Amino acid sequence: MAEHKHPNYMAIFYYLAILTAIELGVIFLPIPKVYIAVLLCIFAIWKAALVAMYFMHLKLEARTLGLIAVTPLAIATLLVFVLLPDGFAVAKKTSDEKKVVPPAAAKH
Amino acid sequence: MNAATAHGAAVEPAETPLTPESWGKLGMWIFLAGDAVGFGTLLAGYGAMRATSADWPNPYEVLGINLTALMTFLLICSSVTMVKALEWLSRGHRDKAKMFLALTATGGAIFVSLQAYEWTHLIHRGLHINGNPWGASLFGTSFFLVTGFHGLHVTAGVIYLLATIGVVSRRPDPMASYNFVEITGLYWHFVDLVWIMVFTFMYLL
Repeated sequence: MAEHKHPNYMAIFYYLAILTAIELGVIFLPIPKVYIAVLLCIFAIWKAALVAMYFMHLKLEARTLGLIAVTPLAIATLLVFVLLPDGFAVAKKTSDEKKVVPPAAAKH
Repeated sequence: MNAATAHGAAVEPAETPLTPESWGKLGMWIFLAGDAVGFGTLLAGYGAMRATSADWPNPYEVLGINLTALMTFLLICSSVTMVKALEWLSRGHRDKAKMFLALTATGGAIFVSLQAYEWTHLIHRGLHINGNPWGASLFGTSFFLVTGFHGLHVTAGVIYLLATIGVVSRRPDPMASYNFVEITGLYWHFVDLVWIMVFTFMYLL
């Protein structure tokens, strides 16, 4: 069997370490929280992709295997959208209850 | 035909076009895809609970991120020792591969120990599975559920790594255990990958 191809693992390690350091810095940036959240999501997916592509050798595997690996990400993203309407419904209900509670408590 | 192929041929009647080396590798990928759906569901559920809560505490202020940043770095390091083990094995150095596998298992064991320390510390400060002093009670529930589920994976990974060292020790030809170590590595890197997500979504955001 021929010797297996191995990417430059140390380069990926430094890459991941630097991205983690940047992530830690991003949370203290004086910008709106939405932008921080978007930046953090990008960095997380970036790091996860590096681990999958190089450490898990997905870059060297068949494309269909990559599709199997990406499927859960698609399902999780879909799940967020499925949960969104439910989430907003609950938020409305909670705020309605909060509006009702103070006058009822004041009667006592 | 070398020992690895001979060993594989005894149990694998036909090769898979996706992973020609072994069915085991394809099996692990499918298992990991299923496991990823589990973690994806937990994190999506966490997001939904947080989005609907008016008094969700700010995680990085409440939990503290210094220790978890160190834990993240430790898990990334253990991923590197894992790939190094595979690299040494492909070069025919069985002992060096075993040493790097042992280092990986040690990294995992330290990670779980640090998590136990973190949990103890947070429980003493009042974070419980059914409530906490800072706001929404579901914050504690989701924190322990998600980090606990991940910690369970790391614990299983350490046991898996120790078993892998045993397999490498029993097979004199380094290439005979290459596939086994690569599959172990897939699991271990997945645990690292999931922690990257958990660290971002449960601590930093």
